[in-house]
Amino acid sequence: MRTALLTDIHANREALAACLSHAQRMRADRYAYLGDLVGYGADPAWVLDAVITHVERGAIAVLGNHDAAVLHGPGKGMSAPARQVIEWTRQRLDARHLDFLADLPLTHETDDALYVHANTWAPERWEYVASAMDARRSMTATASRHTFCGHVHEPGLYHMSPGGRVAAFTPIPGTAIPLAPQRRWLAIPGSVGQPRDGVPAACYALFDAAQHSLTYYRVPYDFEAAAAKIRAAGLPETFVVLLDPPALIRP
Amino acid sequence: MTALFPAPGTSIDGFRLEEEVHRGGMATLWRATRPDISFPLMVKLPRTGYGEDHAAIVGFEVEQMILPTLTGVHVPRFVAAGDFTTQPYIAMELIPGATLRARLDEAPLPPAEVAALGARIAAALHDLHRQDVVHLDVKASSVLFRASGEAVLIDFGLAHHHRLPDLLAEEFRLPMGTGPYISPEQILGVRSDPRSDLFALGVTLYHLATGERPYGNPTTIRGLRRRLYRDPVPPRRLRANFPPWLQEIILRCLEVDPAARYQTAAQLAFALQNPEQVPLTERARRTTADGIAKIARRWFRALGAEPPPSPAMADHLSRSPIVMVAIDLAAGMEAIAEALRRAVQRILQTEPGARLACVTVLRTSRIGVDFDVDEQGRSLHVLRLVELKHWARPLRWAPDRVTFHVLQAPDPASALVEYARTNHVDHIVIGARGSSALRRYLGSVSSRVVAEAPCTVTVFRVGDSAAAGPSTH
Repeated sequence: MRTALLTDIHANREALAACLSHAQRMRADRYAYLGDLVGYGADPAWVLDAVITHVERGAIAVLGNHDAAVLHGPGKGMSAPARQVIEWTRQRLDARHLDFLADLPLTHETDDALYVHANTWAPERWEYVASAMDARRSMTATASRHTFCGHVHEPGLYHMSPGGRVAAFTPIPGTAIPLAPQRRWLAIPGSVGQPRDGVPAACYALFDAAQHSLTYYRVPYDFEAAAAKIRAAGLPETFVVLLDPPALIRP
Repeated sequence: MTALFPAPGTSIDGFRLEEEVHRGGMATLWRATRPDISFPLMVKLPRTGYGEDHAAIVGFEVEQMILPTLTGVHVPRFVAAGDFTTQPYIAMELIPGATLRARLDEAPLPPAEVAALGARIAAALHDLHRQDVVHLDVKASSVLFRASGEAVLIDFGLAHHHRLPDLLAEEFRLPMGTGPYISPEQILGVRSDPRSDLFALGVTLYHLATGERPYGNPTTIRGLRRRLYRDPVPPRRLRANFPPWLQEIILRCLEVDPAARYQTAAQLAFALQNPEQVPLTERARRTTADGIAKIARRWFRALGAEPPPSPAMADHLSRSPIVMVAIDLAAGMEAIAEALRRAVQRILQTEPGARLACVTVLRTSRIGVDFDVDEQGRSLHVLRLVELKHWARPLRWAPDRVTFHVLQAPDPASALVEYARTNHVDHIVIGARGSSALRRYLGSVSSRVVAEAPCTVTVFRVGDSAAAGPSTH
């Protein structure tokens, strides 16, 4: 089983289409969507249609904070431009889309793997896994050997030894990483629709259950087309800039 | 779980254990068989079960992760592995024979033999480093030799893979390595510098060449740290008539600062294979270890020593390439030789860490007696060498990073390719004459070099047209 892990798509049609076509070439035979299907981008209906089709064929999908905001209104922590997009997004979704979002679980657990948007200790509070300490907290809060999550937009990998030590690793795109079976692993594939590490190419990862290996990918896509749509929709300029951040704010 | 009492005849995942061949602190090694595999097999079993000895388990995990990624003659071929949830083991090709450890009892070995062994091990290390792996536990007992002569590196339990998570980095606070061999930067916690393996190889060569260990066998952290400020006794003091070139090479490997060592294993192999071209510095002349004042200065510096930022490995290797320029100095080739020098000049400008090998071939006839003395009575070989040095002078490349070689062979193309192969050349620069019908028919030296070389080749062509430029393959 080769599972494509896709998260934080944020209604970016061009990025999702590029990742799905890449995953197909890499012989993915299952898809897992780790939340935040919408928000920021201009194609929420198209993205939800694509994900709904996959879920009907057996894909895994969990709820993200932007998805929840579309259903229940933005939480207190959400910025004003993001709230504006949530409002805009809701107007573009039909009952089928909203029912689909309302049915999404916070977590999905199968085959010794936990799929969740933000963290395992309190999935509904959307706290970030931003350090090795957070990763330990998350890994110890589940019995599953593998945790796949998003929310953090940069790709990352944490591992915990049987002795409880946690280390962080910055994955190198295209290199298959063997996930040693006697330790716990927490993998963040990075955002499909809005990577924030200064590289505009879309992020996703492929987990090969038979080989116990995980490969991160960066997929170039037409972010200028996605940006033009955001602008044409009259959405905040911030989200245009984030698709191709200027060199100044790159790390 | 671990087969607690593995015995001859025990079956593990289809492998039948035949005979215990080694019992180490962390693992036992068994000669094994599996009906569908024809080459000799070895099965490695950790000595402890899950949760008992942490270091042994993590080391085993690391080897299970790294060995399957490695290919080539310089490592045992990986066959299969089983994890700790069932029966932990690693099955791999069995390399027959004893490790280099056996030769330590015969030390001191003759210098030429030490250099030959060292060059073979350095070639193996270069192959490993090119695959993004640092061994970090190079020592006599982790080196074997194939019947065909190539060195084989074993025991990857402490290794670091540049593109994979380091399972050991966060695990232990103590330096990881083997006391006599561990490099100063490993003592400071750096696990990603390929030059650490050159230090450990330097320790091994010192031991083989003198019969003594350069830093003894310390067992405490304090004892280990001594090598940050105390330099070893120069081999010349231990053995009369110790060749200065070998002392130069070994002491350069043992430099505390990795930047002062050879920058790649290929460059070390090159030096060991070309002793007459090793530039001798103060290291070669040393007959005593440094005095108390110098040691004290270094001791103070070592007190606050911080590990230097470690280079990204692939970058590091590509920053220190061996560039070989093949020059035809025969009459009528002056224009090409000159154009070639300008091409090399440009390559060197972009590769400030490069090592340059200037090579020319003195063609010998396939049959009959060769006259290698011209009418003036000077050896043609020496004449070519002088011409080669004259050719390279305008490049103004640091003398310790340029060497000159006159190959004598009946077939220049094969001689050049063979030279590139044995010296781990990264990039060949060669000139070609303008195309001609005859040349196309017969095939040129450069086109054969392009077809057969193990590395990048840039052919520089001086044609009739002024627009002629280089083409890289």
